[in-house]
Amino acid sequence: MVDPIAASRLQFALTTIVHIIFPVVSMGLAPFLVYFTWKDIRTGKAIYEQLRRFWTKIFAVSFAVGTVTGLVLEFEFGTNFAAFSTIAGELFGGPLALEGMMAFMLEATFLGIFVFGRERVSNLVYFVSSVAVGLGTWLSATWILIANSWMQTPRGFEMVMENGQSVVNLVDPIAAYLNPRFPWMFVHMQNAAVESVALLMAGIAAYYVFRHHVWENPIQHPEFWEKTLKVALVALLITAPIQAIQGDAYGRHVADTQPQKFAAMEAVWETESYVPEYLIAVPTDLDSLFDPRAKELFGIGIPGMASWLASGGNAEATIRGLESFSTEAPPVAIVFWAFRIMVALGFWFILLALWGAYRWWRGELLEDDLLHKALMGSSLLGFLAVEVGWIVTEVGRQPWVIQGVLKTTDSVSPGLTGTEATFTLAGFAGGYALLLILYTYVVVRLVRSGPPTRDELAAVESPTTEEAVSVDD
Amino acid sequence: MTEPGTLASEPLFGLPLAELWFGLVFFIFGTFLFLDGFDFGVGILFATRDSKHEKERLLDAIGPFWDGNEVWLVVFGGALFAAFPSIYANLFSRHYLLMFAILAALGLRGLAPEMYEQRDDASWKTWWGRAFVVGSLATPFLIGLFAANWLLGATTIVTLPGIVVGLAVVALTVVDGVAFLRLKTRGELRESLATDGYRALAAYLALVVIALGALYATTPGLRSALLSPLVVGLVVVTLVLAGGYALATARDRYYLAFVAVAGLVFSLVGVVAGSMYPLIDRASGLAVEDAIVSTLPLNVMTIGAGLLLPLIFVYFGVLYSVFSGPIEAGESY
Repeated sequence: MVDPIAASRLQFALTTIVHIIFPVVSMGLAPFLVYFTWKDIRTGKAIYEQLRRFWTKIFAVSFAVGTVTGLVLEFEFGTNFAAFSTIAGELFGGPLALEGMMAFMLEATFLGIFVFGRERVSNLVYFVSSVAVGLGTWLSATWILIANSWMQTPRGFEMVMENGQSVVNLVDPIAAYLNPRFPWMFVHMQNAAVESVALLMAGIAAYYVFRHHVWENPIQHPEFWEKTLKVALVALLITAPIQAIQGDAYGRHVADTQPQKFAAMEAVWETESYVPEYLIAVPTDLDSLFDPRAKELFGIGIPGMASWLASGGNAEATIRGLESFSTEAPPVAIVFWAFRIMVALGFWFILLALWGAYRWWRGELLEDDLLHKALMGSSLLGFLAVEVGWIVTEVGRQPWVIQGVLKTTDSVSPGLTGTEATFTLAGFAGGYALLLILYTYVVVRLVRSGPPTRDELAAVESPTTEEAVSVDD
Repeated sequence: MTEPGTLASEPLFGLPLAELWFGLVFFIFGTFLFLDGFDFGVGILFATRDSKHEKERLLDAIGPFWDGNEVWLVVFGGALFAAFPSIYANLFSRHYLLMFAILAALGLRGLAPEMYEQRDDASWKTWWGRAFVVGSLATPFLIGLFAANWLLGATTIVTLPGIVVGLAVVALTVVDGVAFLRLKTRGELRESLATDGYRALAAYLALVVIALGALYATTPGLRSALLSPLVVGLVVVTLVLAGGYALATARDRYYLAFVAVAGLVFSLVGVVAGSMYPLIDRASGLAVEDAIVSTLPLNVMTIGAGLLLPLIFVYFGVLYSVFSGPIEAGESY
């Protein structure tokens, strides 16, 4: 039996790690779908209809799965973190309710029209539906990130005694909702979603382009995959540099507002100035892997760089060490390595974008097999970067669930037993493994069946007499 | 205009917001039960159809709607959390395993039709078809169990009234599914569904009587509430609407039958809410007035809901009017 606190934390970690995949797909695909719909309607070219229909299928499956996995997270605040919900519910429940009413409803209803209704509505209504779906996914992220960022940089509240318990009382909703972390998190997350989807599109497209042009194993729709590759590369070329530049400034903001998290990201234990940044750190023994300490690391460190990053340009700035905080440190090894993996991936994506752009400019985009292989290998790395990024954010804020206000260990439901919690944890481990397998299976099948053919596109526009005969009354 | 300062100290326009939100939470719950109810009903009726063609029709009928309908459950959770956070925490943690059972059943219901469409081989379709039926059957049963346990203030999952109410909700969703499908199909399928509707309706009425009896017998604290004019009135309304549904179905007045089902669902939810009030959680003895959040967040939420709920009804109006009428052959929308 796992203790209910540990089991609840593990279960929440597991269920969020799986859930985030689906919103990333839908948030990331949304701008592409709006673009494809717009071009389809404006130009009437078959390629845009193919792009729209192909990617809409993947969007719809991801949305359906994301609805269920998202509901799990909402329920878990009540089931597993009842103490947190009672203490912070006054501030935390509102954004969740508003997300449902403002965002989710918009997305779910117009998705019905967007997926099933092309033949039933005008061009304008159809285009508006695509915008409504996209807007819904992004508004959804807005409210969820308001709730999350408030826990990182809580504002606009005071603690009040109620029924013998100290609870959060909202005093300024605007200060609470537009807390300092929110804009940083929103830009970083949304850009990451588009970047991840661009990498996924580029990776899949690169496979078919490679098969057709390099391997000379002809495929059905070469022009469809070439177009997909180009659209994805443009998106990558825009999002990858933004992610790095914005991420750098975001890091400084974390150093200012959550110094303990920043110290864990850099594995700085003693308060020091002129701290080096280990761009590449190699664990030379198990100790340096499981208990990294900046001063003892083997790697390439740029002297003063971590100080420079934290302060925004002063290599001699002081970084507060983990030992100077009265609370226990977060699990440093997880935060330190997750941060490095995220940053390394971020730079790799920039390199990929520049490499692709260079080949495209030289007219060699379809022939460079090494580039194709690199893109194929990177197709899921955007999602990995999102996962490790969230691990930095969420593990890095431990032991706090609300920074400086409430500890995670004090937020679990008091009546929860180890048996119950272990039972559901095991259920999720098995159930979500199955869910991921089935989701992958469906997406792979959708990809392999490819876009609708020109004949299928024509069939929808003018139903044949054969179909009209099958009317059953 | 309310001054910004008074937003923190006085309820918006002096309204009885605690009661309003208690009503709103149950209204949202009822909307979920009515709308996703027909999806569950269609899922249960799926088991009664043998031809592949008819099964496809059933899936096509709910295709554009079920996701949006399920979102009402998300909003129910959000509204309960925002307005009564301690109840949300208490209720959900007390019914820990039941909540996850609901999520698992809902997950199966959502996943199964998606998987069913993927492949054409017979055993694949058989198994995912069964999974769809099980998910569609288990979800309303567990939701009925949850609602009854909430009303009772039960601390265990399995209670006698809970099981009866669960079965009653299952029967009601079948009635709901029939009413919806008769709007969405034609010909033989539409005709044959009427009988399913009558049977489910008879089962529902019988189960409601048993459920009320079981509640009366097992929970002395509820007795006076169950005999209150409101509850008695809603039971009478249920009987009238049941007659109306049967008549409308017999005369092929499809919309009227569907509206009658909406009335049946809201009457049932009204009985639960009406006999619960003024408490909101019998187990902890908390009243609506005690459990409501403080004035400022309540006012903020009231403004938000006041602006957004009408919009949501517009969205649903657009969705349902785009896909109004029977699905034509050769069209899966």
